[in-house]
Order: sequence, then C-alpha cells, then structure tokens
Amino acid sequence: MQAPPPSRARRRGIGWAQRLEITALSGPAIVMFVGFVIFPVLMAAYYGFYRWKGFGVPTNFVNFDNYKTILQDSDFLEALWHNGLIVVLSLVIQGPIAIGLALLLNQRVRGQSVIRVLIFVPFVIAEVIAGTGWSLMLQANGAVNGVLRSIGLGFLAEDWLANPKLALWSLMAILTWKYIGFAVILFLAGMQNIPEELSEAAAVDGASYWQTQRRITLPLLGPTIRIWAFLSIIGALQLFDLVYVIWGQYVAGTAGTSTMATYMVVEGRNAGNYGYGNAVAVVLFVISLIIALVYQRFVLRRDTEGALTEGR
Amino acid sequence: MARGTLARRRPRKKSGWGNPIVYLAALLLIGLMLGPVLYIILGGFRTNSQITVDPAGLPNPWVFSNYTEVMTSETFWRQATNSTIVAVTTTVGIVVLGVMASYVLARYRFRGRGAMYALFAAGLMFPITVAITPLYILVKDLGLVDTLPGVILPQIAFGLPTTIIILVPFLQAIPKEIEEAAAIDRCSRLGFFWRMALPLSVPGLITTGILAFIGSWNSYLLPLFILNSEDTFTLPLGVRAFASQYSVDTAKVLAFTSLSMIPALVFFSLFQRRIVGGLTGALKG
Repeated sequence: MQAPPPSRARRRGIGWAQRLEITALSGPAIVMFVGFVIFPVLMAAYYGFYRWKGFGVPTNFVNFDNYKTILQDSDFLEALWHNGLIVVLSLVIQGPIAIGLALLLNQRVRGQSVIRVLIFVPFVIAEVIAGTGWSLMLQANGAVNGVLRSIGLGFLAEDWLANPKLALWSLMAILTWKYIGFAVILFLAGMQNIPEELSEAAAVDGASYWQTQRRITLPLLGPTIRIWAFLSIIGALQLFDLVYVIWGQYVAGTAGTSTMATYMVVEGRNAGNYGYGNAVAVVLFVISLIIALVYQRFVLRRDTEGALTEGR
Repeated sequence: MARGTLARRRPRKKSGWGNPIVYLAALLLIGLMLGPVLYIILGGFRTNSQITVDPAGLPNPWVFSNYTEVMTSETFWRQATNSTIVAVTTTVGIVVLGVMASYVLARYRFRGRGAMYALFAAGLMFPITVAITPLYILVKDLGLVDTLPGVILPQIAFGLPTTIIILVPFLQAIPKEIEEAAAIDRCSRLGFFWRMALPLSVPGLITTGILAFIGSWNSYLLPLFILNSEDTFTLPLGVRAFASQYSVDTAKVLAFTSLSMIPALVFFSLFQRRIVGGLTGALKG
C-alpha cells in the first residue's frame, strides 16, 4: 500500500506557511476520518470486553466471555458458514457468467453502450428496493411462480424464500442479479484495454477465436479479475441489507440465510446487548482483515503495487 | 477516465451487425436485469386483486390511484426531503473535504505523507458494517441520534477513502509546468489550488460526487441505527416502514417503492457514462 510519488519535488524545505496550508487543507478530512471511522473501530474492541446495555460507562468487565459466547453460539457459526458459502458461490457463479457476458459484449455489437448501461441498472438501485421487490416476486404466490405456471412449468413453483433448501440459492440469484453488472463493466473495461495488436497477431498465426480468448484475453484480464474477486469477497463478508430486508430479523436464521452482520444487528442492537454487539463487530472485523491481508499477500501481490488501494 | 475506455474501443473491421446470437443473448440479459424493475413500476399501476389473480401480469386496466395517493401523502414527501438533505449534504461534505486532502496528498511533499495516504487507503477495507455498533454509541454520545447530522457526519467520514483514492491521481496528473507558470505569475499554492487545480479536476469531482450521492441515497444500515422516528426517516427506511404498515396493500407498496427509486435512476441515467467510467477508471488508477 504505497503512496504514489508526489508529482513534484520541492526545491526548498518545508516552511511554516506550508505546514499551515497542509494542516488547513487535510485537517478536516483527517479529523472526520479518525473521529468517525478509526475511533469507533477502536472503541468496539474496548466495549467488546464488557457486558453492557449501552447506557452510561460500561462497568461489568467480562474479559473474553463475549468472544467465547460468540464462538460457541451455533447461530453465529451458522451465519459464518453462510457467509463462507456466499463468498465462494459469489465467485464461482458471478465470475464465469460475468466473463462470458463481457466476452459476448466485447464483440462487434451495435448499441453496446446502451447494453452496458442497462445491465448496470440493478447495481444502482438501493438494496432496500431490490429486496422489497424480490421478496414480493419470490413469494409462494408471487410473480416468479406466476411466470412459471403461465409457461407450463408450474411444477417448478416453490416457496423460494422460506424453504431452507432453496433460500440460500434464491439469495445467490438475487446477489447475482444485483452485482453482475458491476463485474461485467469491470471486465469489459479490462478487455478493451488489451492491445488490439495481440489478438491480430494471434489471428495471423491462425489462432481461432476461442484460442485467442483463452491464451490472450483471459490471462491479460487477470489483474481485473483478481481485484473484482477481492471486492466481491469483502462485500460478501459484510452482506447485510438484502438479507435483512428480505428475511427480516427472525426468519433469516431458520431459512438458512443469516450472515454475521445480521447476527450482529439482531443480537447486539435489537437485543440491547451493546457489549456483545461490539464483540461481534470485532470478530467480523478481524475475519475481514485477515482475509483481506491474506488475499493481498498471496493473490494481489503479483499485480501492480497499490492495486489494492486503487480497487474500488 | 471514461474517455480512455471509449477511445480504445476496438475499431470495426467490417461494417454490419455481427452475430445475431449476440443480440439474442443481450436481449435476454436485459430482460432479466430489467424484469424486476419493471415488475415494481408496473405493479404500482395495478390493483391488489389484479396482483393476486395474476402475479406476473400487466396492468389491466391501468390504475393511477396508488401513485397519486403516495404522491399526495405527507410521509412520502417528508422522507424524500430527508433523503435529499442527507444525500446533498453528504455529497458536498465528501467532495469538499476529499479534494482538499487529496490536493495535499497529490502536490505537497512532507513527512508523514505516505502514512496519511495509507490511513485513508486502509479505510477502503472497512465498510460501515464493521463499525456500525460503536458508531451508533458515538452518535448517541454526541446527542445526534434521530437527527439527520447523525447520519450525514459518519457518511462523510466513510466516503472519504474512495473519494481520495480517485482524486489523488487526478490532481497528480496536472502537469508541473502549469504550476511553475502559475508560480512565476505570483500565484500562491493555495491560489493554484483554487484557480487551477479545482477547475481542472472537475470530471473527477463529478464522478466522486455522483458515487457519494447514490451511495447516500441508497444507504440503509446507518439510518436504520440512527433514525428511529418516521419524521426523520430517509426513503429506504420509509420503504420498509411503508411495506410493513401496508403489508396487505401490495400495489401501494410497489408504487411507494418505485417512486423512491426514481431519483437514483434519473441521476444514474444523466451521468451513467461518468459513473461507469469513474468506477473502471478508479480500478486502473
């Protein structure tokens, strides 16, 4: 995570006037960032050691009890398992589909910019709106089953949201719908940055379309894919809005779609156990951090320096 | 950034329409992507009995009362106003604070510069989810629970990393010759910031501003923790409250939902090229 070099070397040393400018310009951002991002994260670590209802100063120090409870709570372990599944399934489902679609759209297509915009629409819609719409559509007597019946596939009609065998897959379908546009846009941009000469040279050598894609496009798309995967993993670990909106605070557990974040909100804030909620936040934070660091160390390492910091 | 992507588009070798299968697949894809959106919008034009009898049908006849009732309700407009205040203030805050800090990072050399960049860059890895519980307590201690500033201030702070990461390369790209020329004309560095750097980085400011606006307009978790009365609700909370209040009146819920997504969709369609270009441009640095 290295800062890019400053664009210009200063001739003279740094004087008080410059110090003042630096402070005045960057001070407000630093104060806001430290105050509302860094400080709360540190406070979570502190509150996590207390049994505390959120009023006054926490006094009931319980050491690591909250953490012991979390790691022994089957509800949390289930949520963790769901998060793990969502991380893997998101990569496995969205990755190939998005690459396929990007390859498709990377051909000579009229109206490509219109298509790009339209497939990006779900990404721009609020999670709450997407969740509200999908939860109505996927009900037992909702639009999805209606469509299935009207095209003679009524035997496929299911209760997509409440059936624990299906709920997670319904969630995956919704996630794919919501976020695939982002992946396609990234991959398309990556493909259009691959120099034309490479595939031309391959064509001269008699390579087929598929050989060109496999030997040239995909390898050169590697950095884009790796950064997309990173964003996808972090997003899947933090997943909250869609699950909470569609399944609510009670059903997510029984339907098998609860996540660490919904567990945190339900057991922490909704139950009034703020010490415990903070401990869950710390666990979520540590898991995300470890995965981010491991990923950066072993996967992103081969890409350009600072790729992680620029990927968003 | 957007330009770069477009300019490098592959040149057409042959004129013509290309493979028809591609269009078929694209059409199918667009149908899948837009289907749920159309379901929400069209559902608002139906009656509940229409929806019950044929959940996936078209409005027949078209009913406008759901939309007019929502549009004449005080609740909807109050929540739309709240959302607008929060989104606009958040956007201004993020862009102003972000560009000031980015200018320092891009064009000053001083001890601690790398650390400052790393600090903000690290923020990218911490979405608001991991900090929400302690953040709520902080906002409560500040006495800002159930007020709009209680949502705005944390949103500005959490929006800064993305903004700074996008803007620093923008400001670095301004050639040093321009700065030297300005210095010869007795332009101070602050003057250069105000008169040259800001105007030259307008495309970057617009990109980050749009991302901030849409992010704020759509945000759910933070308002869920901070706002607890219908008077202060933003639209996402309003949609949820409306949906549980009128759970039997599906058509009205769909009307409320589709009205609350319009601003983000309009904003997106006006600036889609910048958003798409900004996201992909940010990725490439």
